[in-house]
Amino acid sequence: MRFVKLLRQSPWSARIGICIVLINVFAAVFAPVICRYGETELVNDVWMSPSDDNLLGTDHMGRDMFTRLVYGARNTIAIAMVTTFLAFFVGSMMGFFAAILGGWTDLILSRLIDILMAFPTLIFALVVLSVVGTGTGPLIAVISLIAATRVYRLSRAVAMDIEVMEFVEGARLRGEKIWWLMWHEILPNALPPLVAEFGLRFCFVFLFIASLSFLGLGIQPPIADWGGMVRENSGAITFGIMTPLFPAAAIAFLTIGVNLIVDWFLHISSGLKD
Amino acid sequence: MEPLLKMRQIKIEGMTDEKWNPIIKGIDLTLARGEVLGLIGESGAGKSTLGIASMAYTRQGCRISSGSIIFDGEELFGADRNILRKIRGNRIAYVAQSAAASFNPAYRLIQQYSEAPVIHGVMSADKATREAKDIYKRLLLPDPDNIGYRYPHQVSGGQLQRAMVAMAMACRPDLIVFDEPTTALDVTTQIEVLAAIKQIVKQFNTAAIYITHDLAVVAQIADRIMVLRHGKLVEENNARKMIADPKEDYTRRLLSVRTMKEGKDLLKSEKDIILEVNNVTASYTRKTNVLEDIDLKIRRGRTMALVGESGSGKSTLARVITGLLPLSKGQVVYNGKELPPKLKSRNKETLRQIQMIYQMPDTALNPKQKVSKIIGRPMEYYFGIKGKEQEKKVIELLEKIELSEKYYGRYPDELSGGEKQRICIAKALAAKPELIICDEVTSALDQLVAEEILKLLQDLQNETNISYLFITHDLATVKAISDEIVVMLHGRIVEQGTRQEILTPPHHEYTELLLSSVPEMDPDWLDRLLDDRKAKGKISTMIDA
Repeated sequence: MRFVKLLRQSPWSARIGICIVLINVFAAVFAPVICRYGETELVNDVWMSPSDDNLLGTDHMGRDMFTRLVYGARNTIAIAMVTTFLAFFVGSMMGFFAAILGGWTDLILSRLIDILMAFPTLIFALVVLSVVGTGTGPLIAVISLIAATRVYRLSRAVAMDIEVMEFVEGARLRGEKIWWLMWHEILPNALPPLVAEFGLRFCFVFLFIASLSFLGLGIQPPIADWGGMVRENSGAITFGIMTPLFPAAAIAFLTIGVNLIVDWFLHISSGLKD
Repeated sequence: MEPLLKMRQIKIEGMTDEKWNPIIKGIDLTLARGEVLGLIGESGAGKSTLGIASMAYTRQGCRISSGSIIFDGEELFGADRNILRKIRGNRIAYVAQSAAASFNPAYRLIQQYSEAPVIHGVMSADKATREAKDIYKRLLLPDPDNIGYRYPHQVSGGQLQRAMVAMAMACRPDLIVFDEPTTALDVTTQIEVLAAIKQIVKQFNTAAIYITHDLAVVAQIADRIMVLRHGKLVEENNARKMIADPKEDYTRRLLSVRTMKEGKDLLKSEKDIILEVNNVTASYTRKTNVLEDIDLKIRRGRTMALVGESGSGKSTLARVITGLLPLSKGQVVYNGKELPPKLKSRNKETLRQIQMIYQMPDTALNPKQKVSKIIGRPMEYYFGIKGKEQEKKVIELLEKIELSEKYYGRYPDELSGGEKQRICIAKALAAKPELIICDEVTSALDQLVAEEILKLLQDLQNETNISYLFITHDLATVKAISDEIVVMLHGRIVEQGTRQEILTPPHHEYTELLLSSVPEMDPDWLDRLLDDRKAKGKISTMIDA
């Protein structure tokens, strides 16, 4: 009920964001129903212009672009979501842990994270993936590890500010264990900045997967994903064919949509009225 | 003669819940040249809003909806921004409550002093610098030639507040608005600032609006007093007349001396000690001790007041007793048993018996927890009370602290300051403690609300025989609630004894200083005190020792 009321009061920007995300989620869930062709089905000549048969034309192998885009939403969004959630779970838990315990725990954790952060992200991912091998599992693990370091930094800083508040001291004096402090005292108050970060981080992860796919280390063909589709079709740009612009636009579209929602959420949770 | 400032039928509204709600409901204010007007009232009365409206300014989210503000023959309400800009900071200056938050920490004091006169083109930076030193001298700041070259964090709170008064004087304004300039200061420092303000306003014949919630303070400085409540004028009169003969009931309540506690039989409880602190020494850095050789005994069912100024180590002592700061020497004995110094090595039962209430109820309550959870959690944690039974007990407790059932599902930001502090008390009571440490529990509250809280604590003590360790810098509170008093200075105990012993002369030198610094409801009190101190050659530099 409260959510419906909130939704009714939401600004138009947030509504647009919600629509964009809903469209994407709808596409991801009902992909087989929406599409006329299969994900990897060869249907026509390569790099055809949009037509009645192929709404967005065909790609470099003659697969239907619209079908690929819809299936791509499914793969890319699912992996990005799982990765971001994992990163947030691990990162914020460790961050809160370090902030509450302080001392040696904080020192060791923070320095370890610093070491991880010292590697350029793309190179780090390239090295790990080429050693462990490519695949969805390692991909999720590596990207969430990289994203978790950033989340750790943020959540530690936020939690440290909250940790010195008297209600946390009061809970400590009561004898509460660390889990209570984390879940009931710190997390609810740390939520607004973390949610903002979530939106941003989701987009980064999403783009990161896209760029890894572009380099050939992300989601492996023939599975459709937006980054990979940009790469595969990038050659078409030189011939003035617009095919690679469709997946690129899809990436931009979703990124903007997620951010519009996050902005709205931040607005509510920070209690700012205007 | 034409008055300097004439405000007529001022109405100010504030934006809350997407609506404009009235804050000031039509007030008239007239101020002659060189006159000092005191504006008093509790928080939310609209005194600050009215004060700054004198320069046709409002805080964000507020607006002056109607009225007229005539300053020196010129209408400011609805005036052009450029006209207002020339007047603000130049002919009307403002002194804020917290000097520490108002100074830019990155610039030296004197740089900030000369900013306004240079911008307004009143004088050159060189001249401003020279004049600053003169003003610093008049405000009795130590080493006036060099103090301006310090950064804000390098001077004390009282000095910083005076530096801000100096800044307000920079353009020789016709009117200064003082917004609670001494509220955040210790009693002994408050006197220095009050004396400085009084002197400089007289020397330059500046008119002033002095905003405060403390009637005794305003009595020292104001020629005329206006009492505000809920955005309306309650009473207005000459300061002396108002103190001597208040017309309205509300003013009388503000004026009334706090109720004295009935004397409890202290002989009987002499042997019944609940907490003993023996030779405790503690420090944060290992180099300098914040507490040295502290010795005290708290009796069961009695109240011990711990008095001292900020930095005296009284809050640190509370941290040592609760185990937040492990002591380096000595011991804390609770009910005849020595307590482990570290919080982690104390058991649940000990933790339950000593509870704490903090100064700022805003930060002591988790803003994301409802009252039901705030009070319910200690019950669940210590006694395993859950569900319906917990709900029943929480509501019982709410009634005990004179709040009704309807507060059960509220969040802290839906409560007033006094209500929040009551919830803090309930949170402590939920653990059924034997000793409550109250750390400045009333200093963030309005006088009348504070009195209610003190009364509640008193009633609870009579009912449940709870002991209090009452940490405060406010001697009026001490007089009202304590059985025994401990005076602290620089981490040591200066004097201790029963209330009778401490409050009757002869006093220890420092206790004397503290006691004499509490403003009295007498317009001549400040002058008399300063003359007195001058005669004795004893200035309040003792605290700087």
